[in-house]
Amino acid sequence: MVKGGGEVINKFWLIFILSGMIIAAVTGKMGSMTQVILDNAERGVSVALGLVAILTFWLGIMKIIEKSGLLRLLVRGLRPVAKFLFPSVPLEHPAMSSILMTMSADIMGMGSAATPMGLQAMKHLQELNPDKKTASPAMCTFLALNTSSITLIPTSVIALRAASGSLNPTMIVPTAIVATCCSTAVAIGFDRLFRFLNARRNGK
Amino acid sequence: MISVFATISAWAIPTLVTLVMVYASWKRIPIFDTFIEGGKEGFSIAISLIPYMVAMLVAIGIFRESGAFDLFVSLIDPVTSLVGIPNEVLPLAIMRPISGNGALALSAEIMQRYGPDSLLGLISSTMQGSTDTTFYVLTVYFGSVGIRRAKYSLTVGLLSDIAGFLAAVLVCKWVFG
Repeated sequence: MVKGGGEVINKFWLIFILSGMIIAAVTGKMGSMTQVILDNAERGVSVALGLVAILTFWLGIMKIIEKSGLLRLLVRGLRPVAKFLFPSVPLEHPAMSSILMTMSADIMGMGSAATPMGLQAMKHLQELNPDKKTASPAMCTFLALNTSSITLIPTSVIALRAASGSLNPTMIVPTAIVATCCSTAVAIGFDRLFRFLNARRNGK
Repeated sequence: MISVFATISAWAIPTLVTLVMVYASWKRIPIFDTFIEGGKEGFSIAISLIPYMVAMLVAIGIFRESGAFDLFVSLIDPVTSLVGIPNEVLPLAIMRPISGNGALALSAEIMQRYGPDSLLGLISSTMQGSTDTTFYVLTVYFGSVGIRRAKYSLTVGLLSDIAGFLAAVLVCKWVFG
């Protein structure tokens, strides 16, 4: 069963606020809580508004990347990688090209622009899937790639750093690349392991 | 090592922007009009982030100012100090797989409190960029085609999140620490 992030976040939010309020009541800090709410709400608005400048610039650049077909160059380079990762997907099948487009968009940090491409890939993978209710191994690999998402330019966090007054907002680009490569390597490794174990269990 | 990292980070964006402009012009794309078309969405996206930011900053503000955060830290400190994860980034690590915008708001809070260029600010930024929102991706992607049994996908997603966080902490401590 896929558990929705929507349910989890409700509990998480409740735990934050409820535990805070209980501790405040016990330690006699209830008097300052209204001010805490007002101050932080105000900060929330100013942080969001601070992102307008960079988001506008970056979304403009993203649109140029999208329209120019620059992703296709990346797609060409990624083809051998995808062939290795998705042995069950025929190279000429439309699923393969949508998988490649999604991977490329993720690498460029296109975020929300990558989602429609990813959904397209899922639709094509479902055509290849014999059991429509159960995820195919190729789908699991695709999801492993997407949840760990190799990203070269983490745009939203760069925007946030700039808005918070960082002297060097892009300083985290190399460290984020190292971290994202680690998470993706682990995702691919475990995906292979579980796929192998699963296949062996079903074989018996 | 730091100078290599500094050069990569300084060159990454300007180089990308230049390459995109040159390539698109060569492909005869009207780059200015295209930029304007894409940039229009910037304001509405920032505005749509406001409720996420307010919700999370208020919640974490209450959690912190009440002293609940200190209590939480004193409970888990023996475990985290063993692994070397700063306690301040733990709420972010828990939030990252659940809500992308929620995690962004927690990063914002850490940067406001400790500064974006502090070690904590850098670790939280790196964490933010290291993975995607596992629960969201699984729900939306599998949901869109009606898959009910996701098999091992959630486990793989969460294991890779943990790997990404540990890598973020270690790399940042090594490069910036």
